[in-house]
Amino acid sequence: MSEVTNVSIKEQNKSAASSLLKKNIRKFLRNKLAVLGLVIVVGMVAACVACAIAGVDYATPDLTNMKSAPGNGHLFGTDTIGRDLFARVMFGGCYSIFIGVFCSVVSGIIGAVLGAIAGYFGGKADMVLVRISELFQTFPQLVLVMMLVAILGTRGMVNILLIFVFTGWMTTFRMVRNEFLSLKGETYVKVCEAFGMSRSNIMFKQILPNVMTPIIVSTTTNVAVYILQEASLSFIGLGIQDSTPTWGNILNAAKSVAVVTNQWWIWVFPGLAITLFVLAINFLGDGLRDVLDAKQQ
Amino acid sequence: MDNREIILDVENLNTSFISDRKEVKIVKNVSFQLKRGSALAVVGESGCGKSVTMNSIMRFLGSNARVKADKIQYNALRDGKVTEYRLESIKKPHGPEMRALRGPEMSMVFQDPMSSLNPVYKVGDQVAEGLLQHNKGMTKKQAREKVLEMFRKLGIPDPEERIDCYPHQFSGGMKQRVVIAIAMICNPELIICDEPTTALDVTIQAQIMELLKEMQVKDGKSIILITHNMGLVAEMADEVCVMYMGRVVEFGSLEDVFDRTSHPYTQALLRSVPVLGLADGQKLETIPGATPNPADLKGGCEFADRCPFCTDACRARDIPMFELSPGHRVRCLKYQEFPEVL
Amino acid sequence: MSEKKEMIFKVENLRTWFPITKGAFKKVVGHVKAVDDVSLEVYRGETLGIVGESGCGKSTLGKTLMMLEKATDGQVLFNYDGEFRDITKFNAKEMFDFRKKVQMVFQDPYSALNPQKKIYTSFEEPLKVHGVNSEAEREAIMQKVLKMVNIQPDYLMRYPHEFSGGQRQRLCIARALEVMPEVLICDEPVSALDVSIQAQVLNLMKDIQKELNLTYLFIAHDLSVVQYMSDRIVVMYLGKIVEVADSRALYDEPLHPYTKALLSAIPVPDIHKTKKRQVLEGEVPSPIHKPTGCAFHNRCPHCMEICKQVDPAMTCHGAPGHMVACHLYNQEQQA
Repeated sequence: MSEVTNVSIKEQNKSAASSLLKKNIRKFLRNKLAVLGLVIVVGMVAACVACAIAGVDYATPDLTNMKSAPGNGHLFGTDTIGRDLFARVMFGGCYSIFIGVFCSVVSGIIGAVLGAIAGYFGGKADMVLVRISELFQTFPQLVLVMMLVAILGTRGMVNILLIFVFTGWMTTFRMVRNEFLSLKGETYVKVCEAFGMSRSNIMFKQILPNVMTPIIVSTTTNVAVYILQEASLSFIGLGIQDSTPTWGNILNAAKSVAVVTNQWWIWVFPGLAITLFVLAINFLGDGLRDVLDAKQQ
Repeated sequence: MDNREIILDVENLNTSFISDRKEVKIVKNVSFQLKRGSALAVVGESGCGKSVTMNSIMRFLGSNARVKADKIQYNALRDGKVTEYRLESIKKPHGPEMRALRGPEMSMVFQDPMSSLNPVYKVGDQVAEGLLQHNKGMTKKQAREKVLEMFRKLGIPDPEERIDCYPHQFSGGMKQRVVIAIAMICNPELIICDEPTTALDVTIQAQIMELLKEMQVKDGKSIILITHNMGLVAEMADEVCVMYMGRVVEFGSLEDVFDRTSHPYTQALLRSVPVLGLADGQKLETIPGATPNPADLKGGCEFADRCPFCTDACRARDIPMFELSPGHRVRCLKYQEFPEVL
Repeated sequence: MSEKKEMIFKVENLRTWFPITKGAFKKVVGHVKAVDDVSLEVYRGETLGIVGESGCGKSTLGKTLMMLEKATDGQVLFNYDGEFRDITKFNAKEMFDFRKKVQMVFQDPYSALNPQKKIYTSFEEPLKVHGVNSEAEREAIMQKVLKMVNIQPDYLMRYPHEFSGGQRQRLCIARALEVMPEVLICDEPVSALDVSIQAQVLNLMKDIQKELNLTYLFIAHDLSVVQYMSDRIVVMYLGKIVEVADSRALYDEPLHPYTKALLSAIPVPDIHKTKKRQVLEGEVPSPIHKPTGCAFHNRCPHCMEICKQVDPAMTCHGAPGHMVACHLYNQEQQA
């Protein structure tokens, strides 16, 4: 019987195969808000990266044009010491987006793995991990940042990354753990156990794909959260060194009332960049949730 | 028959749902009459529209449902006087007109007793709520007395103690009794039971069925029993309405449907269910194929693809009802020589 | 039982208890005695039906025989070519091999297939795990089992949500058959299906059994389905076996009062059979606080003094192989 069909079933039936991916893309494209979000996100990332690669000058002050309004060779104007704001916002975007993406991906991975372990094995492992996550959640981030700054003596990007990952994995952890707790009761998990599959196989190959949807969605929206956190830390002067432009650092200049009242462009453009990006990320996240949620299919 | 004898008269009920900007017809041209004090069983598989039909009558459906009907008439009999209510013309499904009917006139028992009760309120209070809602001026004490009386009637042991318990302290069968108590507390004439025992064990099912039968025979209530269990139908019903894919395919008295089974679907359904005491080696008949998706139906007889008697004519047009004998109606072209009815 | 029959499972005094813990330190305050002192034998090629109401421990018994639940006490002996080995003491390697001998079909076909994976992947994985390494070999096996359940191979490239309940359950049966098991434990295989589909699946299971000389453990709450499928039937109540009999004998002359009540409670779709309904009073007690003596005594219409104190043992009564645990028949024998 098998001799006749030497071509594998896989190959033979490619035409009959149905693809979830295609269906999901179609569904995503129908969601106008999500597409808008995606376009803005991709556009902003591309613009920032392009500027960084082109190597626009963000550091050299244009001493003849301090605090100048937009126009006059400077698209967004210049800041208090005459640096080009457009270049700074673009470069700052690279840093801010990198911080957001890196932290949300790494903390997402840590949270997912620990959550999978806690949820699937339960018992002691679960108890220990849940307690640890609770402990972390009680740490005020601000104090942690100040402690690290005090210990290391510098305000570096690594600090921020470490602290964000360190204090940020719990939300994903809890979500993944809860999903695992309910999914491990599903019959297909029992079936795999009945076939004698290994626990890591069941955990990561069987259950995890079913948890990917909320993980993807929360990782996406977390990008926005981390960007906002970085901005607020930098705004109060505890973020990355002032010499590195991030959206928060640029806004830092707007701490003085004189700047807020007289040089609106210094805080409006970085503020707009943050708002637009965060909003777009949230649209995208919501759209992904609608598309990927299996319950609606 | 006049309005005294008929409690519920449904004519040409159509219900469809809007999903993904498409309209999917779930219930099609359903007509039936329910005699006062009798039990009607609505039988069918999941997805045949039996629950949707009843929810359309009670106007329980969400905003994505479109209900159209020539007539949904409920005849209330109070002190020898008949009051007619045209449910299809009541505009607001949650307005005062409809609410005044639900409870004192018609009520519903749902499938899952576990989720029909609110876990944070005492069962006694949940039962009393309907009473207090419909009888302004009744004191809590009076309501409590009424609830106790109802609990006693429904065979809930130690009612004085149990009335102050929370739902989680009750077993499944007892919870379903409480749900029935909620439905019964305002003394309605018509009780619609949507698969009342599907979630329960057989021995508990027997208890609940006994209870429902008693309410019908002793108190003269009219009961609509939605079920997929032919055994329950045989024990409970006076009239049977068999539904398939949103249509009534056979309607008749218990004897008509069980002894003179006429629609191929009903015949197959009766023969494909395992019964106790089958001879050794006797094989069950199977109905080939699966129930179609209501969104993909093409017209013609819905059962055609699975029917052994299917002809080209079956697929050509929607099949009308034929009346085989008074009250026994079948939607099948095999009986074309009989008069066509609604 | 006739002597020709070869025993395949021998269960002795099996107990599966779940601890109930309380407080932060997980102090054990009691046990749910889901399976409590069960002994039974399963013969090769037969269908043994296990019937009882929810909470009687029938599913737990099935899962324990499959070693998906850990047995608390007792032995489960499995026949390895004539040699009986206790599977409760197997190590991981032995357990893994045992998985090829016994497979399970679960109640809910809607959640038994991983919704994120194509059927092909769900079918391929167990074979990969069990060392069928070449793709051609795997596909040959898949084609063979799919043919048995009448499903076309091109359906393999689809996702579970594209199938109806009946098709899914057939796929689940096919997947369990991939490793060529000797025993198939079926836990309520049709109770989630529509009535018109149930007969399809039941008949299919009968045909497959004949073809492969499979042994079935058929667990269900619906006595009429169990009776249709089984050669012998075990009736369980609150974790214990109350009656074992040939399927016909159980219907013709049930002995235990609980079996009688169960039989009479089943509604018959025949309007001319007027039978006297014996409605049981009360509810099933909780398996945590079981009544002393016979577990059924508080609902039994024939309850005697002795029933409240002494747990009845299984005794033979009537036809050979017809066993019942009830004091009514003990006394008869003694007298």
